Amino acid sequence: MSAPALHPPITGRPVPGAEVEILAQIGSRFPDKVRDPSVVRPRVLKITIDRADLVEVARYLKDVLGFEHLSCVTAVDWKDHFESVYHLSNWYNGTILQVNAHIPYDDPRIDSLVPLWNAANYHEREAWDLMGVVYEGHPNLERILLPKDFKFHPLRKEFAQEVDRQYISRRKLKGGK
Amino acid sequence: MGPQHPMTHGLWNMRVQVDGETITDAAPEIGYLHRGYEKIMEVREFQKNVVLTDRLCYVSSITWSHAYCLAVEKMMGIDVPDRAKWMRVISLELQRVASHLMWLAAFGPDLGLLTGLLWALRERELFLDLIQVMAGARMNQNYPRIGGVRNDFPENFDAMCRRSIEHFREKLVEYRKLFHDSKVFHMRTRGVGRISTADAIDWGVTGPNLRACGVNVDLRRLDPYESYEDVDFEPQVWKGREGGDSYARFICRFNELEESCGIILQAFEKMPKDGAFRVKPPRRAEGEGFARTEDSRGEALFYVCGDGDDRPYRVKIRSPVFCTMAATPIMLRGNKLADVVAILGSIDVCVGEMDK
Amino acid sequence: MTHGGSHPLLAPNLFEVCKVLTLAILGLVDVILDGLGGAIPPLADPLAGLSGFLLSPLIVALLTWLIAMTVMLLWATLFNLLTVMWIERKLYSRLQDRYGIMISIWSLPFWPFNRKDRPTHKGTGYLQNVADGVKLLQKENITPATADGAMFHASPVLIASSTLMIFVALPWSSGFYIAQLEFGLLFVLAAFSLAPFGILVAGWSANNKYTLVGGMRAAAQLMAYEIPMILAVIALTFSTGSLNLFEIVAQQDRPLAMLGPVAIPAWYAFGPQALGFLIFTVAIVAEMERIPFDIPEAEAELVEGWTTEYSGMRFGILFGFKWLRMIAGAAMIVIMYLGGWSGPVFATPIVAGVPIPIVPEEAWFLLKVWFLCVVFIWISWSVPRVRIDQILQIGWKRLVPFSLLAVLIGAGARVVGW
Repeated sequence: MSAPALHPPITGRPVPGAEVEILAQIGSRFPDKVRDPSVVRPRVLKITIDRADLVEVARYLKDVLGFEHLSCVTAVDWKDHFESVYHLSNWYNGTILQVNAHIPYDDPRIDSLVPLWNAANYHEREAWDLMGVVYEGHPNLERILLPKDFKFHPLRKEFAQEVDRQYISRRKLKGGK
Repeated sequence: MGPQHPMTHGLWNMRVQVDGETITDAAPEIGYLHRGYEKIMEVREFQKNVVLTDRLCYVSSITWSHAYCLAVEKMMGIDVPDRAKWMRVISLELQRVASHLMWLAAFGPDLGLLTGLLWALRERELFLDLIQVMAGARMNQNYPRIGGVRNDFPENFDAMCRRSIEHFREKLVEYRKLFHDSKVFHMRTRGVGRISTADAIDWGVTGPNLRACGVNVDLRRLDPYESYEDVDFEPQVWKGREGGDSYARFICRFNELEESCGIILQAFEKMPKDGAFRVKPPRRAEGEGFARTEDSRGEALFYVCGDGDDRPYRVKIRSPVFCTMAATPIMLRGNKLADVVAILGSIDVCVGEMDK
Repeated sequence: MTHGGSHPLLAPNLFEVCKVLTLAILGLVDVILDGLGGAIPPLADPLAGLSGFLLSPLIVALLTWLIAMTVMLLWATLFNLLTVMWIERKLYSRLQDRYGIMISIWSLPFWPFNRKDRPTHKGTGYLQNVADGVKLLQKENITPATADGAMFHASPVLIASSTLMIFVALPWSSGFYIAQLEFGLLFVLAAFSLAPFGILVAGWSANNKYTLVGGMRAAAQLMAYEIPMILAVIALTFSTGSLNLFEIVAQQDRPLAMLGPVAIPAWYAFGPQALGFLIFTVAIVAEMERIPFDIPEAEAELVEGWTTEYSGMRFGILFGFKWLRMIAGAAMIVIMYLGGWSGPVFATPIVAGVPIPIVPEEAWFLLKVWFLCVVFIWISWSVPRVRIDQILQIGWKRLVPFSLLAVLIGAGARVVGW
């Protein structure tokens, strides 16, 4: 696919070998920004980038390579860094691409992809709500699943797990023993 | 409108701004059913999470548990035996029919056709009986396993399925008379809740809602998993002009009932007669893996990370209804207040998977 | 088979029949008073004066009217309403492939019905509606704090009273009526059209967004469908020449044509009023707020529409009067277009000096009214509901021109002499 403006019709069937071609194109366009690109299995690709290059890479993927569907935006807490994981789908050849964007732990900000894909709207709100990663440029970054006045980001590893909670009896709550 | 409302299927709130009877703006408010799934799935072992994923979308449990099992298998790098793949296909399609019939049962009363509720639920009983014979329970069956399925099919299961499907196919004729031939039904659904193809792809709409706009995307065909490569079926895409309205969504989902019945019958013929139905997965796993499947409502994607422990490190659940709900303001603007429930009924909301 | 020889069971009219009952009761009272006067001599004269007063024509007429109105009320609500509700619940349940209400008389909690050896839910289900009414009676009547109290309480009263007013002038046979009005048709239509006011008041006064939308929709819809209704009646008056319901029915009592041995009666539905008949029927279905026209009460969007905030027996009244209006509407259609109570009488045996016609006029009327109700119920439960703007479009853009056409046809037929 060399001409960006012409999109082939969506046949509904996968194009074999398309993922290798796409990986080559990404590698040639961003040789230094993309870390360990790999073909995980047929039709599945994976690349890792830094958070500063996100919008540029995403725009290339969308406009040139035809990844028009943003399946999912995930935020993962690896205790020493965050990762914002994007899953992009290409309806033309059936490939799906996973983009892991590396985010330092003490500055959990990353650019929002809402200007490119409106599908990111709700997903980024959820990632902010549950994990606390700030998506700059999001139209309204507020809580979506949890109550509006909830104070914590529960999916972080520092937030107590279900098994770590103590059972506080009613008597103890009221000041007894 | 909501959260206490008799006809919003599930618990969510739609704030609608109206000018007389015309909707000028809409904003959904979700999260009433948030159960903290992703957090509690980090505490349980891999296999025990299937109990939880069943209850994500309780109407269509096997498809969700299967997506999770697929993601974990991709992470662990294990391969499922052939017979298990076919068994999974059959169970998925049975569950898909049951889920679509539940949608049909809910869609009728949305428009005022209360007879549709009773008829669709009557037919759903056939498939729930089949699922009960196969898996032991009607809903929340805990049937898929990492590495296969929980148990082999009972004897004569294919004969039972054939009989039920034959009976069901006769009833589909009655449904056509009730829905398709009703002029009032056409008046209520044609041109109502329209979304353009570009908007649908942009907002992440998938599944029958996207196929109603004319986009030929069915993940069972585009990105085949299990044995869907060997199955001959036709993704139901809206082929006429002016798709993307409630009627197109209804037609796409309704025709999938017939398609799924065909898939089930084919699968019984193509299935290997004997073989293992399960392999034992390793206990601990490290790495990350994801899998996406064509759920009854769209694209369900599970992203699982492991760090060497016997339980997941992070599970992310991507729900198709979550994304479709983001696109509802576009569908609602310009329509009448009476159409809110009709449009939302046609996109098949299941709040369990939306709110996780 | 005699044509045009239908006889009412209550002959010559309800007043006379009730007068017999009144005179019997007053005769008994008279005997008691006489006995008392005989037993206590000082009271003999005042008691004789009292019994004379009681038997005066004014008091007899007053008591007879009370009894007649009670009989009509009980006939309409106790018998007809319960039966039509039962028919509806059973019919739509069978359409939905289920049994429906099945309560049996052995479920009653008092002697002689509280036997332990009979099943309580394998019966006809007729008593279920009574049970539902009793249930509603014992529920709390909640008034929302922000509602307009006076109007909120007044609206069920308005709807109920205006619907019951219809039955003053609506005859059930040529003898079973309360009042024989010269402009009976006008009165019935006017009483029928009072209920929309009550609905609008109910929608506004409850101070709830759902009831407001429901009330507004109801007002718009009912106003839109009054016009074709009245126009169809105007077309009818060209043929009948009178607004007297008894005359209208009497005019339909003659045979139109002979189809072999069977005579087709000259019902107005078969003549130039056929279009008017269809229009009036559609307009009545819309006026009764039945599916497909029940958008004001659409429980899908509007919880319960304009009746959302009502609970207890107030809700029971509103709910029940929807059916009562259906019966009144069907009765109007039957009187105007389907020959009313005229039908062949097969025999008239004399029992204890009273001629009992087989089949009396009341039975024919009930048969036709219930048949029409069955048709309405069947339509209701097979189609989805139409949206309010589509309802208004149908009303204004399709029914009104057709009803004007019907007026034209009626007038033209009159000129031609059809």
